[in-house]
Amino acid sequence: MIPLRLTDLRKSFGRRLVVDISSLEVNEGEILAMLGPSGCGKSTTLRMIAGLDMPDTGHIEIGGRLVADGNRSTAPEKRNVGLVFQDYALFPHLTVAENILYGIRRSNDRQQRVEEMINLVGLEGLGQRYPRELSGGQQQRVALARALAPQPELLLLDEPFSSLDQGLRQAIRSDVRRIIQQTGTTAILVTHDQEEALSIADRVAVMLDGRIAQIDDPASVYLRPATRDVATFMGEANLIPGTASSFAIETALGSTPNPEAHTGPVSVMVRPEFIKLTLDAEGGGALGTVASVQYFGHDHLVTVEMDALPQMVKIRLSQHVVVALGERVYVSIAGPTVIYTE
Amino acid sequence: MSSPGLADNTDISSLPDVTKRRTTSPPLPLVLAASAICLAMMIPIVYLMVRTIDAWDRVWPLIFRTRTADILWNTVSLAVAVSISTLLIAVPLAWFTTRTDLPMARMWNAILPLPLVIPSYAGAVAMIGMLGPRGIVQKQLSAAGFDWFPNIYGFGGSWLVLTLFTYPYVFLSVRGALRGLDPASEEASRSLGQGPYHTFLYCVLPQLRPSIGAGLLLVSLYTISDFGVVTMLRFETFTRSIYTQYRAAFDRSLAAGLGLILVMMAVGILLTEARFQRKASLYRVESGAARSPRVQILGRWKWPVFMWCCVISLLGLGLPIGMFIYWLATGTSAGQKLDRLPAAVWGSLSMGGSAAAAAIVVAFPIAILAVRYRDSWAAIYERWAYLGFALPGIVIALSFVFVGARFLPSLYQTFAFLVIAMVIRFLPHAVGAVKSALLQVNPNVLHASRTLGKSSPETEMRITVPLTWSGVTTGAILVFLGAMKELPIVLLLAPTGFRTLATEIWSATDGGEFGRAAAPALILIGLSMIPTLALGRRIAESGQHVS
Repeated sequence: MIPLRLTDLRKSFGRRLVVDISSLEVNEGEILAMLGPSGCGKSTTLRMIAGLDMPDTGHIEIGGRLVADGNRSTAPEKRNVGLVFQDYALFPHLTVAENILYGIRRSNDRQQRVEEMINLVGLEGLGQRYPRELSGGQQQRVALARALAPQPELLLLDEPFSSLDQGLRQAIRSDVRRIIQQTGTTAILVTHDQEEALSIADRVAVMLDGRIAQIDDPASVYLRPATRDVATFMGEANLIPGTASSFAIETALGSTPNPEAHTGPVSVMVRPEFIKLTLDAEGGGALGTVASVQYFGHDHLVTVEMDALPQMVKIRLSQHVVVALGERVYVSIAGPTVIYTE
Repeated sequence: MSSPGLADNTDISSLPDVTKRRTTSPPLPLVLAASAICLAMMIPIVYLMVRTIDAWDRVWPLIFRTRTADILWNTVSLAVAVSISTLLIAVPLAWFTTRTDLPMARMWNAILPLPLVIPSYAGAVAMIGMLGPRGIVQKQLSAAGFDWFPNIYGFGGSWLVLTLFTYPYVFLSVRGALRGLDPASEEASRSLGQGPYHTFLYCVLPQLRPSIGAGLLLVSLYTISDFGVVTMLRFETFTRSIYTQYRAAFDRSLAAGLGLILVMMAVGILLTEARFQRKASLYRVESGAARSPRVQILGRWKWPVFMWCCVISLLGLGLPIGMFIYWLATGTSAGQKLDRLPAAVWGSLSMGGSAAAAAIVVAFPIAILAVRYRDSWAAIYERWAYLGFALPGIVIALSFVFVGARFLPSLYQTFAFLVIAMVIRFLPHAVGAVKSALLQVNPNVLHASRTLGKSSPETEMRITVPLTWSGVTTGAILVFLGAMKELPIVLLLAPTGFRTLATEIWSATDGGEFGRAAAPALILIGLSMIPTLALGRRIAESGQHVS
């Protein structure tokens, strides 16, 4: 049984088409991240899956049941979908335990289920607290426990980590992944943060302008972006003009293998960490001048103004390489590339 | 395509959602209820118009005469004078209590708003007892051999009394704004080399404009619709002439015509203020005032300012309460009976309670439309409800007399009819309170409940009701207090023999036995004081006080 299938899903606000997904399937037990810049339609998609918005056309199937077909829409309470909100949306007048209990169907072991959930998310002893007495990270765990308690077919998370501060985010992220996997729940997570998507998800769907531009495992999305737009959205990218012959592609920064039969003018995408910088001509490469250095601690990003190229080239350097502004350096491609022909 | 898996066809447009960009149409029953309420609110004003136009030939020569011009002048000049004096008293007081080292600032913050609990007509009675003929001051003066006495009647007295009992509107509104102001802008001004007074004038004061405007709106509306003070102090404004015309003349069309002019004045004030607020909202910034602002050292001004606070509180609070206690003591010791009181207390409580409950029930459909469907045309209902602010009590009373006597004889002069008039009078307060309570509810919390398997009605019962409960109670108490103090509506519409504490005070002054006003006035003040103190903060922050 496929937990979620979207077919030809479209939604407009006024004249603007904000969601236009021709097909999306989520596999049992996987965590799918929907990644895109703000306004790309990812949150609207999530709201339509939850039943809080209605699609203009197209089908939404949850666990094989059709829940929306453009004319009719199943009410959110009948969809068996859990939703974790960006602002958590905990019930402020209920305790942690009561929040978690809220969605559990009437049965004998409701209290026991609450206890289980509290233990699962690591909030032992906080059941009688009210949401405002909890830290942001704890509220986040309650929101997750509340959404998982009724054992939903599908768990949706809307930018779940954006209200947490940077330091906390990483720890909670891996916790959330562990909890979701432990319950075996299928989950869709919406985020605009590439690092978050890449680190938490089994697959990443990159959404640009309402469409799904690429859907793949995290490494592939980063290393082999399907389009230039995906490449520039997923972190830093250099797009360098080149000429393809049947064996290799020649660029100003050296040559790289041609994986396709295509010949003629192409763009070559190289990630900054796959460009080599040397201070002498030994390793070959093209000559340029260091224009800026951004220091990040674990590494630094150097932009080089090339003598032979109109654009700047971005290079990520490990800590022990030191360059100064205005220094003359040699630059060459040293790693995987992706070729765009159009 | 067939859709066998579709569990049901519940339309999600029934889901409350304020974040949705596309306008969803509100549920029909809600719209019908709100329409009915708004139509009912229009009855008074429409009837006044019909009545005036109907008798136009007889009314217009009466309206367009110098007498009306005098009344208009009196009303406008009183409203302007009271606005200016409340401004001059309240803005400095608000600044002193929030930004300086004024001694006992906490106490002043509690005391200075309290004149609001004293109905202004009760204040007028006390002032007559103090400064009027055979009053305490005159007795002292004549005993000392003076033959000049201050004159409490007319413009001066009305101005004084209305100022003393309405300045808290401006005080509360400005104080709220001062507390919400980000101290960073003041700090920036100081760091740019400006002194404290320049900073106040050119940096703080401009930011206070919206709150001053809101306070003055309440003060000027209160002044032009006030009935008790001007009638007792014999100052001829619209409300007093309307009442005189109503009592004396066979033809009540002139009263209707005057009422219409008064309503137009009130609408004018509301529209002016709305324009003012629109402009103001442009430069309003999110207040991020987590830090407390810098305290201004008053230095040698410390004790003069302290004395000034004492004077204002003595006049606005000490004088009336002291006067009533003095009267009660001398009156009861002289054998005055209090046997009319229980009926009056019961009348006030039952009428106030019924009006509060009814107003809240009626406010809900309008507030829900305004909050959850604010993008749609249905939000217009809310504006409509606020028009109720432009209907002075005497005008509502008058039109209800007309409508009741002619079309609803079975309802006329019944308790129910009285309560309906009260609901119309205080609906804006109720809508305001319910609306702000509903706005406090995060729409995502309601969505969360839906995704956890609860239907829309169950969500309202288990989430919306508990979350809005305290805000709604505050609204109910505001209406309750307002209705208890209301005078003209009860005077004109009460069933025969029905009395409230307000009418008891009124009838005492009508007969010239001011001492008889003491007991009902003290009870009324006491009853208003309890919830005001208990809810003080909540009421003050909602910025709404009942006249």
